[in-house]
Amino acid sequence: MLAESLALSAALFTIGVIGVLTRRNAIIMFMCVELMLNAVNLSFVALSTLYGAAGQVFVVFVMSVAAAEAAVGLAIIIAIFRHRQSVNLEDINLLKG
Amino acid sequence: MGNEFFPLFYGFHFYLFGLLALASAILFVTRKSPVAAALWLVNVMFCLAAIYIMLDAQFIGAIQVLVYAGAIMVVFLFVVMLLNLGQPSDVSDIRGNAGRLAAGAVGIAMLAEVMVLARSKFPAQLTLPIPPGEIAAQGPGGVIGPLAAPLFREYLLAFELTSILLLTAIVGAVVIGRKRS
Repeated sequence: MLAESLALSAALFTIGVIGVLTRRNAIIMFMCVELMLNAVNLSFVALSTLYGAAGQVFVVFVMSVAAAEAAVGLAIIIAIFRHRQSVNLEDINLLKG
Repeated sequence: MGNEFFPLFYGFHFYLFGLLALASAILFVTRKSPVAAALWLVNVMFCLAAIYIMLDAQFIGAIQVLVYAGAIMVVFLFVVMLLNLGQPSDVSDIRGNAGRLAAGAVGIAMLAEVMVLARSKFPAQLTLPIPPGEIAAQGPGGVIGPLAAPLFREYLLAFELTSILLLTAIVGAVVIGRKRS
């Protein structure tokens, strides 16, 4: 089941990338990043059946980094919403020349 | 692994949860409403938890449900509700044709690249501290023991750094999110 798991992981990661590239809603883009992290976790777990428990240890680290990232990112989104009353990235163009 | 006892049963459920995860992920990126998207993403995470358990990572499956579906996605939904973004906007937030084309090209290229990599042979001599056979073995530590031992021995420094990272994230989130008076 290793090859199938890695293929599923690749497909989920690609769906996440497509989501980040096509959506403009900041919260949905964020959720796509979470989907990509999940896809990487799946390949870690799949390879841990071959190479030992270190892969599962890394999944624990990835999950804690994802939690930290969600906390800070959502705080940034709330701060942006307070300024612009929108989370659409088209409206956030302060740095655009 | 369970697949040597009931190969058909195992394979059927593996493909079932895999296809469910894939379908839910596609529905997730195509929903307009953030709440619907978040709920489909929760479905993806539940399917992945089932696959983790089938891959002999029971503890990871449990914390996938507890931490990802139970905590992180609730925070996402909480922010969606807090900012009152639940209803889909009248203009679609999906980018125009150029963006879709670029995303499709990038997606196909990445998928092809990773599929080619997935077909390659894996080196057998890349052995890490715990030999693979010991993961499935039900020793005195159960299924968590083989995971906990390297976490608190070889990766202790990384574990401590993770706690500092979480503290920094909490402080950062409070500083960024508070109202400036």
